[in-house]
Amino acid sequence: MSYVVIGNSVASVGAIEAIRKVDKKTPIVVISDEPYSVYSRPLISEYLSGKVGEEMMNYRDSDFYERNRVTTKFNVKAVSINSRTKRVRLKNEEEIEYKKLLIATGGIPFVPPIEGRDKDGVFTFTKLDDAKRLKARVESFNHLVVIGAGLIGLKVTESLRQRGVPVTVVELSNRVMSTVLDEEAGRIIRSAIEREGVEVITGLTVEEITGKEKVTGVKLTNGNRIKCDAVVIAIGVIPNTSLAKDAGIRVNRGIITDSTMKTNIPHVYAAGDVTEGPDYLSKGNRVFPIWPNAYIQGKIAGYNMAGVKREFTGGIAMNSIELFGVPVLTAGLSNVEDENLEVLKKSEESTYKKNGYT
Amino acid sequence: MKSYILPEFKIKRDNERCIECQVCVRQCAFEVHKVSQDGSIYSENDKCVACERCVTFCPTKALTIEEYEHYIKDNANWTASVQRNIWKQAETGGVLLTGMGNPKPYPIYWDHLLLNASQVTNPSIDPLREPMELRTYLGSKPESLEVEISGGSVRLKTKVSPQLKLEVPIMFSAMSFGAISYNACEALARAATELGTYCNTGEGGLHEKLYKYADHTIVQVASGRFGVHKKYLEKAAALEIKIGQGAKPGIGGHLPGEKVGEEVSRTRMIPVGSDALSPAPHHDIYSIEDLSQLIYSLKEATEYTKPVSVKIAAVHNVAAISSGIARAGADIIAIDGFRGGTGAAPTVIRDNVGIPVELAIAAVDSRLREEGIRNRVSIVAAGGFRSSADVIKAIALGADAVYIATAALVAMGCHVCQKCYTGKCNWGIATQDPKLSKRLNPDIAAERLYNLVAAWAHEISEMLGGMGINAIESLKGNRLHLRAVGLTKEEMDVLGVKVAGAPLS
Amino acid sequence: MMKRVYAKEEVCIGCRLCEVYCAVEHSLSRDIIRAYKYEQPKPEPRVTVEEKEHISFALQCRHCDEPLCVEACITGAMMKDESGRVIHREEKCIGCWTCVLVCPYGAPRRDLSRGKVVKCDLCQSTGREIPACVEMCPNRALVFEER
Repeated sequence: MSYVVIGNSVASVGAIEAIRKVDKKTPIVVISDEPYSVYSRPLISEYLSGKVGEEMMNYRDSDFYERNRVTTKFNVKAVSINSRTKRVRLKNEEEIEYKKLLIATGGIPFVPPIEGRDKDGVFTFTKLDDAKRLKARVESFNHLVVIGAGLIGLKVTESLRQRGVPVTVVELSNRVMSTVLDEEAGRIIRSAIEREGVEVITGLTVEEITGKEKVTGVKLTNGNRIKCDAVVIAIGVIPNTSLAKDAGIRVNRGIITDSTMKTNIPHVYAAGDVTEGPDYLSKGNRVFPIWPNAYIQGKIAGYNMAGVKREFTGGIAMNSIELFGVPVLTAGLSNVEDENLEVLKKSEESTYKKNGYT
Repeated sequence: MKSYILPEFKIKRDNERCIECQVCVRQCAFEVHKVSQDGSIYSENDKCVACERCVTFCPTKALTIEEYEHYIKDNANWTASVQRNIWKQAETGGVLLTGMGNPKPYPIYWDHLLLNASQVTNPSIDPLREPMELRTYLGSKPESLEVEISGGSVRLKTKVSPQLKLEVPIMFSAMSFGAISYNACEALARAATELGTYCNTGEGGLHEKLYKYADHTIVQVASGRFGVHKKYLEKAAALEIKIGQGAKPGIGGHLPGEKVGEEVSRTRMIPVGSDALSPAPHHDIYSIEDLSQLIYSLKEATEYTKPVSVKIAAVHNVAAISSGIARAGADIIAIDGFRGGTGAAPTVIRDNVGIPVELAIAAVDSRLREEGIRNRVSIVAAGGFRSSADVIKAIALGADAVYIATAALVAMGCHVCQKCYTGKCNWGIATQDPKLSKRLNPDIAAERLYNLVAAWAHEISEMLGGMGINAIESLKGNRLHLRAVGLTKEEMDVLGVKVAGAPLS
Repeated sequence: MMKRVYAKEEVCIGCRLCEVYCAVEHSLSRDIIRAYKYEQPKPEPRVTVEEKEHISFALQCRHCDEPLCVEACITGAMMKDESGRVIHREEKCIGCWTCVLVCPYGAPRRDLSRGKVVKCDLCQSTGREIPACVEMCPNRALVFEER
């Protein structure tokens, strides 16, 4: 019997490294529907722009799995979990019995029901294969529309710009990066983006993607049209919970876990972007699609799976990203305007700092 | 009014070597070095006191301090420094203050005295092969010793007065907590304990954290009676009544209120921020009989278990005064010559009052021997001892042991800039500013003090061995081992030393 | 047990020579004048002296047992080696500054000239037995020991 991990990104690595600190013997099996060794998912935009090559994408050294005695099952999807028999069934009919199971299936791109979303030329941007697909065709595009000015949307915009493609970004809220930035910071980033020749449209979204089989343009909610030959839908990411739901695991927006990353089903844990867990700052649960949080959750899950009790003290939203030459660091409730917060702000010609305290 | 005073020093910065690391800016408490807009560093010569902190700490040795070439038309009498002092007084109307000891070129008698060595007869002793006794006992010695021999063992019948036992004939002289930082006091106490000798609290009292070294501390009872309480007297190794000190004979001590913070206030038992003024005389000592009364009060208070010392400045009548003090019941007399240092004194007094300790020791030792009372006291010489040679010559002239202070400070980093009274000592010694006193790491300072005295002790052993002597006792007052060069007949008479080359009798 | 650098704030004099010698140690020429005056880009120190009024002490990477920077690093550039040191592999760093965000001590610093992070490595890269900051501190305010 083995520790079985569904998913092969940072949460899985956290779990593997934690388990191996405590238990060097029991085999570990990792199942991934992607064909790659664990890679640094945030770097797919750098891959697209050409800043990093595929070799650099590796998150761990090439002997990582061997060193940690992990059996890998790549390029195969896990299709069901039987919590009674404690088995995971794969797409190729193979069944694996687990001693403890970790679901670290991450997130999937949120695609709203926009008409025309199945046309040729519509992309999402969350996996290395997405980046490869875009990279293969990027030279041929004359104009591209990115839907969503969140972190993913702006990173892919930057990469496309670096490849020389004209881009228009369309964002529903009144500012870019609205989940993490306040209005003033949003303005600063917007100026940096526009300085690079990117058109930014806020307060609107795309109602329809037009064209026959191939994309020829988009229609916005106010009726305006933009000519383009490709669209990247980068509105957001939602937890990839279908596998868990089908197995009877309690799911809200994400898989619900306690502070030891255990689900409601015995011997089954969850970690990473797929989970919904305690928020360090406010009461209640949230999904935290943040790389460091995912590693730590994976680590906590791994320890508990191997019999060492550890608790996750709660996630904090945090981001560090450099966009269009502007490094941006956010942590906590960085996008709120609240009278109850004591706010210290400092704004100089090239920096903007804001700390909020309760 | 416009000041006519020009800077004394000039800072030279080698721009090829300056890396603009700003260590000099941060290390100068006098704020001489500043950073300009473009990051380069410039220096304001006026404020420099030549303490050399920046020079020593500059990682590329890019700085040198030079004398500011204040050209005054050639005048042996009206020198630049004389004129500067007059300008200062004209501008402030104040008494000129200074720190450390007399820097004026009065004769240094140590440099006119030479030691003997064995040749042919009375062969030299190699201190690395044979034991060399440097141990010294300070205190009143009895007129004679009576022993009882019974059953093969010897027992001392005479009751001997309390003695201080020194493993080397060198002690750390009085420097008060308040004049110097706590870290400096701690370093002195630790080094004294390690060396098997003693340090002295000066007028500042004993800090509570230093009570663990109290058995190696001589506590002072000065005219202001600062910090004097029961435990202070009970725990100490010896008590010293301070009548005067070499740097400022005849006047009292002064610690400015700015230097009296929480800890100084507690240790001295005075309110925070108040000036600590010690009056010139003890206001209960106006005659030798009063002194005797105080000596015996202290002995009563400590049940005759500790020696009582009396410290005086070397002045004209030092021999007669010492005779009086010996008869008044003191166990030790400390004589502080005019080179003695201080934290603050009026310049004119420091530079013009008192006599050299060399002459004082010789005079006192001769006088007490003549009166047949030399055994009643130990003599400790103080005031500007710079090397082990000075120490050994002092013992040859008649001292039992020597107090060093300036040398100890220099060992800890002092560069004798004489600005102790400002409280801005960049070496962390003569300051109460917590930012500055951190600079003196007691671990390092104690190590340096230990090294200095241990080195001098070794050198003394070498010189003794060279003379064919293996105990410091044998050199005490032994003027025959000294010869003089370049002194007048009267000076040699006072010193009791013959001119080099003259025959033995 | 691993040796780390510990500061004795009661004797730190705020001279920042530790910063100077750290930068020199990690420079190309290892010569203080050449490093500061002629090397481009200028070498960066990996230690900072924190200062408030008369309190100061040198702060560098604590080489934590569970380093947050390693857990947060997107590329795996930050890693804990066999000796327990947390080392930063420059060739994997992409300058996302996530480690700067998560480190509670501010140990990783941005080297803007290279667009990468620099961090104390206990002078492992230069082969010193005792880190430069510890050896060159003029007041023995830094010690290198196991605790």
